[in-house]
Amino acid sequence: MNIYLPIAEVSVNAFLLLGLGGGVGMLSGLFGVGGGFLMTPLLILIGIPPAVAVATEANQIVASSFSGVLAHWRRRTVDFKMGLVLLAGGLLGSAVGVQIFAVLRALGQVELLVSLCYVVFLGIVGVLMFIESLSALRKAKTNKRAPRRGHHWSHGLPFKMRFRASNLYISAIPPFLVGALVGVLAAIMGVGGGFIMVPAMIYLLGMATTVVVGTSLFQIMFVTGATTLMHAILNQTVDGILAVLLLIGGVIGAQIGVRLGPKLKAEQLRVLLALLVLLVCAKIGYDLVRTPDEFFTIGGGGH
Amino acid sequence: MLLLAAFVALALVPRAHAQIAEERVVAGLSQTTVSITTGFTGSEIFIYGAIKRDAPVPKTWPLDIIVAVTGPSEPVIVRKKDRKFGIWVNDSGVKVDAAPSLYAVATTGPFRDIISFTDDFKHKVGLEHLVRFIGETDDAAYKAGYPEALVRLRKAEGSYFVLTSGVKVSEETLFETRIALPANLVEGDYRARIFLLRDKSVVDVFESSIEVRKVGLERWIYTMAHEKPALYGVISIAVALAAGWLASTFFRMVFR
Repeated sequence: MNIYLPIAEVSVNAFLLLGLGGGVGMLSGLFGVGGGFLMTPLLILIGIPPAVAVATEANQIVASSFSGVLAHWRRRTVDFKMGLVLLAGGLLGSAVGVQIFAVLRALGQVELLVSLCYVVFLGIVGVLMFIESLSALRKAKTNKRAPRRGHHWSHGLPFKMRFRASNLYISAIPPFLVGALVGVLAAIMGVGGGFIMVPAMIYLLGMATTVVVGTSLFQIMFVTGATTLMHAILNQTVDGILAVLLLIGGVIGAQIGVRLGPKLKAEQLRVLLALLVLLVCAKIGYDLVRTPDEFFTIGGGGH
Repeated sequence: MLLLAAFVALALVPRAHAQIAEERVVAGLSQTTVSITTGFTGSEIFIYGAIKRDAPVPKTWPLDIIVAVTGPSEPVIVRKKDRKFGIWVNDSGVKVDAAPSLYAVATTGPFRDIISFTDDFKHKVGLEHLVRFIGETDDAAYKAGYPEALVRLRKAEGSYFVLTSGVKVSEETLFETRIALPANLVEGDYRARIFLLRDKSVVDVFESSIEVRKVGLERWIYTMAHEKPALYGVISIAVALAAGWLASTFFRMVFR
């Protein structure tokens, strides 16, 4: 069943969109990532204009992350205080990101920027996560737990706060910066930024892993909400019908993911996520260097 | 006497074509409005008509018909990829001032065999006269092949097409064709022109317009997104939150 998208101005199969939403939503609930890093390239692949894909995906992530946050909230696995610090940075970051996006869209370089961001960030995160999770897997096999680091590198910084749920007493600056970086990426890449935030929370901030996913989703929900609003106002690229189709699949998938999560082993899950991230990265990177079949494109900003 | 009359007639109408000028096209379209609804997957327009003439069918040249449906013309930016530091980067682009959003043509024979360059230029039938630069034209831009690329890309996505021998003519009088408009139509007033040709010359033109409009939900969403973007953004978020809550509540009730 084909459906005409009013903003994207293309006709696409509704079941394909529902399926994509469902699959990506499941990953979202499973890993605490928005899944945007998969969905945005997929949408562009099926013919949605990049600007519409990025803005609409942000809207969809609002739904899947809210659905996930509710589930985690009931389990008390959300550190609201940490979430708010991350969010403060995130809102600032997304405001900057949307402006950058609008300028590059006019210049016709959105595609390149989006692709480069994907390759760089997915590459870094994927490799780090892969190495880390493999060594964690090895340690888990020999039944040795990684020793808890006594001193964290950020201990010298001011504005120390106690994050009870995360079992941390650290400066508010690192989480604020992590939030800001993720906010910029959310706006430019049409992603929630969970794939960066989750590892940053674990390895950079040293948060307790139990609250990482819920807290990440909490922050992502607000940042992508702000991004959606800003894209709607500045670029008019949020497609209501596309968003609804994606989020119907997305919220259902997210709920399944959240329930599936505890049944799987965390280390194995992280290896899988790392592989997935690297796969997407390799595909986008290859497209950047491969000699294209068609050198010309019909650019945006023409009307 | 009869001979004299024939001579007079010949003197008054020195060319054989003049007889042809008596022929006129009368045509109809199966629909003059296309509504883009949520389920819109394209629309087939049936174009039919007849050739009205006072004299018997001229035997001099065969009759040809070109049916051209063109979408609203808009400036389009075409960009070319260049390799920089090993990756393919878009250039700043060339603005092609006019390009129809749709170019759907059906003919009775190969385009170049049935219409002369002069008449093609005069009536702007061929794509090269529709996809063009306005005013001062930069020769370099032409040479770099930007308009050609635009045509190629639009052909690939199905927005530009020519159905050679897509028009059926019976008894040199009646003709009909079907033109399938693709799903990715943009809004606007489309032109439908029917050219009657003899000896590669345009004898008569019939013109009609097709109104393409988004309706219902499509119209509402599009208008709101552009006219009340802040409200639209807020509603988008509200819908997302509601969906997230619904799914969460539903799943909690079903699997607790």
